[in-house]
Amino acid sequence: MSAKPKVAFFDFTSCEGCQLTVVDALQTHLGLLDLIEIVEFREAMSEHSDDYQIAFVEGSCTRASDEERLRKIRKQAALVVALGACAHLGGVNAMKNRWPIEEVQTYVYGESGKEYYESYMARPISAVIDVDVSIPGCPIDRLEFVRVVQQLLQGCTPKLPDYSLCVECKLSENACLNKLGKPCLGPITRAGCNALCISYGDGCEGCRGFAPEANLDYMRQILEEQNLPAEIIDAKFTLFNAYALQEMGGDAPLAGNGSPNGSRRRSRKQNWPRSTFASPEEA
Amino acid sequence: MPETINVNIHHLTRVEGHGNIVVDVRDGILEKCDLEIVETPRFFEAMLRGRPYQQASHITSRICGICAVGHATASLRATEHALGVEPSEQTVMLRKLAFHGEMLDSHILHAYMLIAPDFLGVGSVIPLASSAPDVVKRALRMKQLSGDLCRIIVGRHTHPIAMTVGGFTHFPSRSDLEQLRERFEAIVADVDATVELFGTLPWPSFERETEFIALVQPDEYGFIDGRIASSDGGTLPVENYRQVTNERLNPHSSAKHCAFHRDSYMVGSLARYNLKHEQLHPRAKAAAEHLGLSAPCYRPYLNSAAQVVEIAHCVDDTIMLLDKLLANGVQPEDPAPVTLTPGARGVGSCDVPRGILFHEYQIGEKGLIEEANCIIPTGQNLGNIELDMRALVPTLLEEPQEQIAHKLEMLVRAYDPCISCSTHFLNVEFVNGAEG
Repeated sequence: MSAKPKVAFFDFTSCEGCQLTVVDALQTHLGLLDLIEIVEFREAMSEHSDDYQIAFVEGSCTRASDEERLRKIRKQAALVVALGACAHLGGVNAMKNRWPIEEVQTYVYGESGKEYYESYMARPISAVIDVDVSIPGCPIDRLEFVRVVQQLLQGCTPKLPDYSLCVECKLSENACLNKLGKPCLGPITRAGCNALCISYGDGCEGCRGFAPEANLDYMRQILEEQNLPAEIIDAKFTLFNAYALQEMGGDAPLAGNGSPNGSRRRSRKQNWPRSTFASPEEA
Repeated sequence: MPETINVNIHHLTRVEGHGNIVVDVRDGILEKCDLEIVETPRFFEAMLRGRPYQQASHITSRICGICAVGHATASLRATEHALGVEPSEQTVMLRKLAFHGEMLDSHILHAYMLIAPDFLGVGSVIPLASSAPDVVKRALRMKQLSGDLCRIIVGRHTHPIAMTVGGFTHFPSRSDLEQLRERFEAIVADVDATVELFGTLPWPSFERETEFIALVQPDEYGFIDGRIASSDGGTLPVENYRQVTNERLNPHSSAKHCAFHRDSYMVGSLARYNLKHEQLHPRAKAAAEHLGLSAPCYRPYLNSAAQVVEIAHCVDDTIMLLDKLLANGVQPEDPAPVTLTPGARGVGSCDVPRGILFHEYQIGEKGLIEEANCIIPTGQNLGNIELDMRALVPTLLEEPQEQIAHKLEMLVRAYDPCISCSTHFLNVEFVNGAEG
């Protein structure tokens, strides 16, 4: 049998909650440590190595200096795995993309903020490097992480569910929150978490990203029928998916927002519309 | 003896988030000793603006993966104070349980997985799995129970689900609470073994007098709400937190520094222990005695010992709360109602694992957040850590550079810095004074 694959963990802009979930996963699945060799995990160990085959990356790219580090990881790793919503989608970090970056820096750190704290718009790591596998969620699901590692070790490409969360929610025997008048993004969100939030009485917030072919317009209509004001609907859609919506054309004001070069943005609008996801025809 | 010492530790390990320690000694004189915070700033306060108040606790829990329940709780209390919400007794008890789950999880992680390797001469907890399997298994058992406590009450530890403004969206079943009660009763033996183990560790003797700040409550050693107390005397309502924190920018860190009566103060387990040790449960008091803690204690390395004391306290408090809830029976209830008024402001404060935390929001009449301010424990400790390092380094000049670097790392780690959360943090850098 060949040597155990060397695995490294890296963090960018994030709360490190996904790496903590990995620690939790190793607690319940200690056997994983017999199958992989962790060579880099700054949060949990002092040792450090640049020799690895699988890189798990948590966090969004939010500054130019992140790009070089990401490219270095990509160059070394045979497989790059985006760990959690920040790396996969841009996540909560991308909420700030709605303001000019200088305004955001000044609001938190005062006038000298611009000078001290380098930052630009938050993006998923796939905006900078090729990503082989994504583990969605905020935070990641412990068991999904274990499954992905097992599949990677067997040489399979892990596949994300390509249907909406409603499928799993029904299987979990939850009552439909939207039907009860509580807003839930389940219909447009990619499955894979077993509808955990809904099982705990809270509507889906979309942390796993949009399901393929999700009907965003119809979702908006469902929320409008619950008499939710536009600001709240907008806030629901942009909690985790602000970057994806930005890429779809409902864009943040970009003047001076420190937009990186070479962004793969398809279209751009003047202002962030009230209803962020007005379809291109409506706008 | 080396006349010139340059320590330059980039990306300190076994802490949450990123920071560097920079030390420059020239001709036997300490020229520079900084804790640089290199974590990417995240701008949560700016992002909260325009968001509905219902989202605030879900957004701010994402400030930190370890203190997610603490941020959510402080956020909910800020919102509730702004919107005139009075949570029920049951809500208060369920929140305390989730909070204990997080306090235990964080303290067990820190004591066993981040601190113990320093004393056992290994780089991480992983080699301990084969050299000291019983210790590692015990830590995992305790940590798993803490996580299960959070899971049962709020859905999960990292980014709790069921906590909402005015109450909960999910309620534990009687059998869930009964099983937790049994498992907590059984874990007491592990708590005693933990106190025994940490009682054998040779804590460094370094001490420096400083001010301690913590939340105090009249009738308990609690963590949620209360008044701000200083070891230099007096208490303040949480609404006056800015008088205490006095945040100021510091060019070498993406975290702001804080000071109250002196140049710096300390928050966290040792601060809480110093200010309210008399209110600890008896097992925790006995643990403190066994660990050699006595108030006032000015030895920052003993913050980790105070965490072990709090592990004992939280386990006993959890059993007490479970007994109360089982006696009363948990009833599903609707969240307490909110009242929207223009320009409503509220401050929420909790003493999270790393120390006192403040959230303040202004919420408009449409329920959207207009202004937000969050002051995180690690930010408050940074100034104190630097002053400790500056007092410690001159006493270490005879020692080899690696030894100095190791002791500085251990010092910073004792504070259990949560750098990613410092919204605003570690590496030791010995810069080359001769060249610089």
